Amino acid sequence: MASSNPKKSSIQTYQTKGSSSARPRDDGKLVSGARALLLALKDQGCDVVFGIPGGVMLPAYDVLYDEGGLSHILVGHEQGAAHMADGYARATGKVGVCFSTSGPGATNLVTGICNAMMDSVPMVAITGQVRTTSLGKDAFQEADITGITLPITKHNYLVTDPTAIPRIIAEAFYIASSGRPGPVLVDIPMDIGLAQIESEKIEDVRIRSYNPDGIFNIDNIEMAARMIDEAERPVLYIGGGAISSGAYDQVTELARKTNIPVTNTLMGKGAFDETAELSLGMLGMHGTAYANMAVDQCDLLINIGARFDDRVTGKLDSWATGAKTIHIDIDPAEHGKVYIPDVSLIGDCKQVLNALIPLVKDRPRTAWNEQVDAWKTEFPLWYPTGQNEVLYPQHVCDELFKATDGEAIVATGVGQHQMWAAQFYRCKHPRSFVTSGGLGTMGFGLPAAIGAAVGVTDRPVWLVDGDGSFIMTNEELMPAVQHKIPVKIAIINNFCLGMVRQWQQMFYDQRLSAVDLSYQPDFVKLADAYGAVGIKVQKPSEVRAAIDEANSVTDRPVVIDFQVAPEENCLPMIPAGQTIQQMLVEKPR
Amino acid sequence: MPTIASKGGQQLGQQHTITILVENRPGVLARVAGLFARRGYNVDSLAVSITEDPTMSRMTVVCTGDAYILDQITKQLSKLVDVVKVADYTDMPMMERELALIKVNAETPRRGEIMQLVEIFRASIIDISETTFTVEVTGDVEKISAFEQLLRPYGIRELVRTGRIALVRGARTAAQS
Repeated sequence: MASSNPKKSSIQTYQTKGSSSARPRDDGKLVSGARALLLALKDQGCDVVFGIPGGVMLPAYDVLYDEGGLSHILVGHEQGAAHMADGYARATGKVGVCFSTSGPGATNLVTGICNAMMDSVPMVAITGQVRTTSLGKDAFQEADITGITLPITKHNYLVTDPTAIPRIIAEAFYIASSGRPGPVLVDIPMDIGLAQIESEKIEDVRIRSYNPDGIFNIDNIEMAARMIDEAERPVLYIGGGAISSGAYDQVTELARKTNIPVTNTLMGKGAFDETAELSLGMLGMHGTAYANMAVDQCDLLINIGARFDDRVTGKLDSWATGAKTIHIDIDPAEHGKVYIPDVSLIGDCKQVLNALIPLVKDRPRTAWNEQVDAWKTEFPLWYPTGQNEVLYPQHVCDELFKATDGEAIVATGVGQHQMWAAQFYRCKHPRSFVTSGGLGTMGFGLPAAIGAAVGVTDRPVWLVDGDGSFIMTNEELMPAVQHKIPVKIAIINNFCLGMVRQWQQMFYDQRLSAVDLSYQPDFVKLADAYGAVGIKVQKPSEVRAAIDEANSVTDRPVVIDFQVAPEENCLPMIPAGQTIQQMLVEKPR
Repeated sequence: MPTIASKGGQQLGQQHTITILVENRPGVLARVAGLFARRGYNVDSLAVSITEDPTMSRMTVVCTGDAYILDQITKQLSKLVDVVKVADYTDMPMMERELALIKVNAETPRRGEIMQLVEIFRASIIDISETTFTVEVTGDVEKISAFEQLLRPYGIRELVRTGRIALVRGARTAAQS
């Protein structure tokens, strides 16, 4: 605040006072808004936040200094904080929390918030804001972050009443984690953090205009059961909703009971054991040939928590042309958004499946299972082996799967390496594949892996990254080293933006424009500079030893620079907007 | 074969009157308007006001679209946390009204004619200058448009129309629909 007497020197004032503390204060029964915030976060079960302090966020960070039970990971860039909260949430199923200051701190969260929105990840972002008296006056580091994030949050709040903090935090967690999950942002002006309020514990959240449990409609469930009983060639198509709702056992039970082959989306990896006989792996643009063939030939498509994304369907009117559809999803707006299903079951996947399974008959589907197995034999996922000098990127992902027995949590960046990881790292468990599906955010991988490793300490966390993706957010090695987070980073390094190069080769007449990354840093030296372990691998014979070495390191991150065949392309591929007839696939040589 | 929900392209179909009950909070209009904008739904008119319940506001949106668009609008609006209720009034018996203020040229020799029109339309003259009348008229869309057409030859200097507002006939309310 400006001094009321402009002639009086402010420096003189500070010297004579001897203290210039601007700290938030607690007086008896009253606590500061900032302390109320942290208490409310702890009430919601939050025990770690990812963030960076700054001017107007100082009250909250001051309370963090002495308020126990809440650890803080200081990140290199706010985007990293958002992705860490996101990775933490995906791996644990709990709400991830990130902090940033106002203005640039808040805008740096934007990519991470949008990423969480697209993939329905529960997250609460707390941003500092300029004082309420300065709002709208273009104050230093003022940005209208609730306006900016309006279309990319499930909901957001600008707190203007300090006494509302406990209720708003409770609501934010409830909204983020219930129904179709998503990110919620709470913007807290500095004076709200400094105000004194009576702290209260919110036990029960009710929001008149938000009732996710009220949206439940399975009136047609018997029709769905009959369609499943009568289908000769059905396919279960499992998406991220099956993971959000925890419907893993139900999906497995339904598949086993009915002998229906299961394909999963990128987001659905691990909802059904991908090493199981009935699994077809991932479908879609870079899915397995046999998953796409099964969908093409099926007579019933049972969509559980997926959204008919364009990367799955390709050209809509040529997709699954012989199939009837059953759509199970908690979000009513997904029903009929892309396809109008024959039967729509609106509700939490787990609840709907619990109701559906008893209505469905046990039955064999021998002919269909044999057909699917024949496709699996004819068009397996495949890469050349036996060439000792050429390191294929698929080999790294395949070897990683074998070395960890499919038990690791795998995060990825975005691009070719992501698709290879999705193809070859067959997930046995849900919440084991942490990847940016909807938004396709390069740079997501490292911070997301760190967030996952903070949340899950009893399983190895691997990051399969691309050189391009790693360059975007490698500053997050700093907090990983500081907190001794043993993430293992496999860079599938082809010295270029591989997926873009692949598209330019295939669809843009080989005109390779702005994809060369040969001026990248030496990743081994970079790892060393951060205090992480760096390993370089150029031959297939060195892969396993490097993975095993990385797995043996428990007190810091390990970066393995796998320098792979730079020209390798990711197949199978159904080009964007096309059909299975245009699928590019090679049979094993 | 799965039925594709919409092939996209032009938004055809009939005009719909949608009533949205929302929490009376700052920023709610931006949430609703933003949703229409980013999902590409056309808004023909929009009226916002307080209601019998001071904690709620009521928005009446007139928009054009086919069944697919309307289904999506209704569902996407319902997902907004501040939206309490969405109701499509189009196929219900309802009363719709708009209000218009029209500043029309009214030179002395023609004043009588204009006053007759005003009387026929049960409008009222709410301001007079030496050369103009300002006329207030309420009614459904057709009535106001007809009135406007009839005044046009005299020279309309300025015209403003509110968005449409609507209530369902009988005892039923939006919260119950």
